[in-house]
Amino acid sequence: MGGKIEKTMIFGIASPYRLQWEDAQDSYVLLYPEGMVTLNRSAGEILQLCDHTSTVSEILTQLGDKFQGADIEADVLEFLEIALARGWISNE
Amino acid sequence: MNNSHRPLWLLAELTYACPLQCPYCSNPVDYASHGRELDTDTWLRVLREARALGSVQLGFSGGEPLVRNDLEILLREAASLGFYTNLITSGVGMDNDRIKNFRELGLDHIQISFQAPERELNDYYAGSAVFDHKLSMARAVKENGYPMVLCFVIHRDNIDRVEDIIRLALELKADYLELATTQYQGWALINRDHLLPGKEQVEQAERVAHEYQNRYQDRIKIYFVVADYYENRPKACMNGWGRTALVVSPDGTALPCHSARILPGIEWPNVGNHTMEWIWESSPGFNRFRGDDWMKEPCKSCSEKSVDFGGCRCQAYLLTGDPSNADPVCDKSPFHHVILESTARRESAAEPDQTGAMFFRNPKNSDKLS
Repeated sequence: MGGKIEKTMIFGIASPYRLQWEDAQDSYVLLYPEGMVTLNRSAGEILQLCDHTSTVSEILTQLGDKFQGADIEADVLEFLEIALARGWISNE
Repeated sequence: MNNSHRPLWLLAELTYACPLQCPYCSNPVDYASHGRELDTDTWLRVLREARALGSVQLGFSGGEPLVRNDLEILLREAASLGFYTNLITSGVGMDNDRIKNFRELGLDHIQISFQAPERELNDYYAGSAVFDHKLSMARAVKENGYPMVLCFVIHRDNIDRVEDIIRLALELKADYLELATTQYQGWALINRDHLLPGKEQVEQAERVAHEYQNRYQDRIKIYFVVADYYENRPKACMNGWGRTALVVSPDGTALPCHSARILPGIEWPNVGNHTMEWIWESSPGFNRFRGDDWMKEPCKSCSEKSVDFGGCRCQAYLLTGDPSNADPVCDKSPFHHVILESTARRESAAEPDQTGAMFFRNPKNSDKLS
C-alpha cells in the first residue's frame, strides 16, 4: 500500500460502475451488472467528487471545507487507493 | 425497513415465450397453461411502485424478453426511474439496430446466455441453430459499449468444456462470466439424470475455473455457482426468502423466487390486484418463509441458519415433500440420502442416450408434463 495516489491525479467512476444516491437506503451505491455495493457515508462523499475533472488535491480541499478542516488526507488517500484497486475508479 | 428486507432486485419475467428449448429452463414446467401476459401499463406501474420501495437492480427476463414488443417502452421508463437495467437474453430476436437503440434508451447491461462453447452442442441444447447469431450479438454488445455478462448453464455435457467456455468469454471480451450450475427444479429436475455431472467432473471444472479466475482477474470476473448436490451445506437460496428479491412472472404473479409457485398451500399475490408494497410487506406468500420462525429441526437450533437460511424451499419441497424441511443438500437433514442417491445413480449410470433422453422445453412437452 501507499504511493500510488498522486495529488495531481484525476479520477472518475470506472466502467461498468455507476454511482447513484439511493433515498431508500439513505446512501450512495455503486451499481454494476446484477450487483450493488452500498457505500458508507465517507466513501460516498469521496466517490461523488471523482467526476473526471477534479484533481485529488481539489477533492481534498472540498472535503476539508465540508468537514471543517478535519485531518482527512490520509483517510481519503487510503480510500482512493482501495477504490482504484477494486476497479471502482480509474485514472483519467 | 433496512437492507436485510428490501426488494433491491426486481426480476421482471416479461414472457414465457422463447425461441429456444433448453432442457434445464427455470420456467415452470406447466408454463404453457399459464394465464395472459401483463399489459404494458401494468408493467409500468409495477416498475414505478417497485422503484419507490427501493428496488434498484432490474432484470428483464423471460422466457425471451426480446419477444415483447413493448420492451423498449418499459426500458425507457425503467432507466428514467433510476433503475440499473439488465437485459437477460438468449440474443435471439436481437440485431445491431436494436442493441444500439437500447443503449440510447438507457439500458445499462446485457447478459447473453450460451449453451456451449461450440456450435454443435450449443445448438443441440438450444433446440435451434443459434450459436453463430449469439456470437455476433455478443460482439455487437461490446461494440456498443455495454458491460457484458455471458452465462453458461453448466451440466454433464458441457462441464468438461469449462476451459473452452472461459477462452470464448475472453475472446468475446465479456466482463463477467457466470458458470451457472444447473438448479435441479422444474425442467432440470425432470432431466436430472441426464444433466447431473459426476463429482470428478465438478471438481476438475472448479479447478480450471479457479486457475483462470486468478490468471485473468484483471480482464474478467468469473463466477462459478456452487454445485450444491456435491456440497454438505445448502446454498443461501435467493439470499433468503423475501429478503432482497422480488420476481414478477408473465401473468403478474409475484414470487420471492422464480420457482416458488410450485410450493403447496400458498395463495400467491398478483400485481394486477395488489400494490407492490402490500405484496412485499404484507402478503402471506412473501412472509411464509421470512425470518426463521417457520423452521423445524435441524435448522431451528442450527448455528448456520442465518448463513444459509435453511437452503432452498423449493428443493426441500421437491425432494422431501415438505417445504419447511431443511434443504436435503445439508448433511444434517434426515433426507440427505435423496441427494446421495441421485449422485450415486449418476456415478453408476452408463452414458445417457443423446438422441431422445431429455424433455426439451417447448409447449408440446409442457402440455404433456402438466
